[in-house]
Amino acid sequence: MRLAIREALLAFRRAPMLSALSVTTIAFSLFAFGLFGLVALNIRNALQRVEDRVEIRAFIADGTGSEATAAAVGDISAFPEAASVRLVSQDQALQRARRELGEFSDVFEEGILPASIEVQLKPGFRDPGTVKAVAKRIEVYDFIDDIRFGEEWVEKLHRLRNIATLAGLALGLTFAIVAIIIIGSTIRMAVLARSREIAIMRLVGATNGFIRAPFLIEGFLKGTLGGVMALVLAWVALTVINRFVVQAEFFEAWMGAVGVLAGACIGLAGSALSVGRHLGRV
Amino acid sequence: MIRFSHVHKTFARTGAALQDVSFQVNKGEFVFITGPSGAGKSTILKLCFFEEQPSKGEVKVYGTSSSAFRPTDIPKLRRRLGVVFQDFRLLEDRNVEANVAFALEVTGTPPSQVSPRVARLLTQVGLASKSTALPRELSGGEQQRVAIARALANDPVALIADEPTGNLDERATRGIFQLFRDINASGTAVMMATHDLDLVRRAGCRTIEVNRGQVVFDSASDGGFRPSGEVLAVEDEA
Repeated sequence: MRLAIREALLAFRRAPMLSALSVTTIAFSLFAFGLFGLVALNIRNALQRVEDRVEIRAFIADGTGSEATAAAVGDISAFPEAASVRLVSQDQALQRARRELGEFSDVFEEGILPASIEVQLKPGFRDPGTVKAVAKRIEVYDFIDDIRFGEEWVEKLHRLRNIATLAGLALGLTFAIVAIIIIGSTIRMAVLARSREIAIMRLVGATNGFIRAPFLIEGFLKGTLGGVMALVLAWVALTVINRFVVQAEFFEAWMGAVGVLAGACIGLAGSALSVGRHLGRV
Repeated sequence: MIRFSHVHKTFARTGAALQDVSFQVNKGEFVFITGPSGAGKSTILKLCFFEEQPSKGEVKVYGTSSSAFRPTDIPKLRRRLGVVFQDFRLLEDRNVEANVAFALEVTGTPPSQVSPRVARLLTQVGLASKSTALPRELSGGEQQRVAIARALANDPVALIADEPTGNLDERATRGIFQLFRDINASGTAVMMATHDLDLVRRAGCRTIEVNRGQVVFDSASDGGFRPSGEVLAVEDEA
């Protein structure tokens, strides 16, 4: 194992240009994928923020007793879809309207706005079908005058989210495949550059496992270095975007770690495939 | 130790390379494989170190049979053989010492034993003073000596040489051949493919001549006379 590590490290010293080219190619392939990831992440977060505002408002008829509404709030809170259920009194509704409308606050008279039950839904239950179904279940209380959940808006949001998810998956997959092909070719080039060495190793009786080991370590190192470099490039790009274009969010720590690990795995798998094919051929 | 039994070898693109080849090379023997270019000499040697497998028949080398072997048997077999080529096949970016050490390291020799063994091998081939030179700084004869030192690294029972003097001048050829004789004298069998008939005549060793993929002459069974009546083996002048 020590010899395999030594040979892998020596490969960087013996062919510094080729090694630098490999690492840079891996870095830029992953960087392209990372940039796409950043765009996808920020779109998802933006949609998430909009989605958090999906709520059902059930307006309560005047003169409804507080026990009946409190019981209804209790029932609705027990719905598996409900994240939070809040009773908004007439006074609270008025205060909020005045606060939100600012200079037009005096257009409302006391008692003009009805009390309501506001239900926010858990993530995963914000699609039009579920929202509609929950609204119907709330509507059964006879003291409910009207119920609103912005049906059209929820449907549009849902459609947008589906399109973003599908486009994200297709583009992400394409970027990933392109990155794997480029990285695989780069590593294959490095293996071919050392085909003479492989042939001599076989000739003197080295086992296939022994021949493979330095290449796997080399691929792993190149993938890891490329992954770290891609992460740094993405961070630099985001800093520039934040400063000159728009405020955007960066990957969470675990996402960055997954990116670097993906680079390492692609490097490892690319090397394993290239050496395996080479060993099968020579 | 090395036995060919009715061996045929056919390549998909070039057709039959060997037809019904049978012979045996015994322990410690020195055997020349001669014949014109394309006769099948290199194919015979490749079959010996299992670079190729016969299409028909059996090759048996030190107990490993082409009819029944596992892929893991090949590295084991190759550690018992030393192989030398016309084009030396050295690693150009490593010095002489590293080229020889490489063969020991990849076969799992303990690190503490590598340096002394490399020094001994380089002394044996007469290159002790050039251990730090790169292959391109050496003459053809010296490069071949490095290749021989590498082939001897794992104390092989047989040395297989494919036209080892093909790229060398006469003086270097004599030197390399003498080295083979010394190696053979210490008990290692040598199988050497060559079309240098002068060398073969002077050596007086067993000679197997192949032509168009068939053994046309074997001095072990046919005596010193080729089918044409020409005397092949004469007194060793080397």
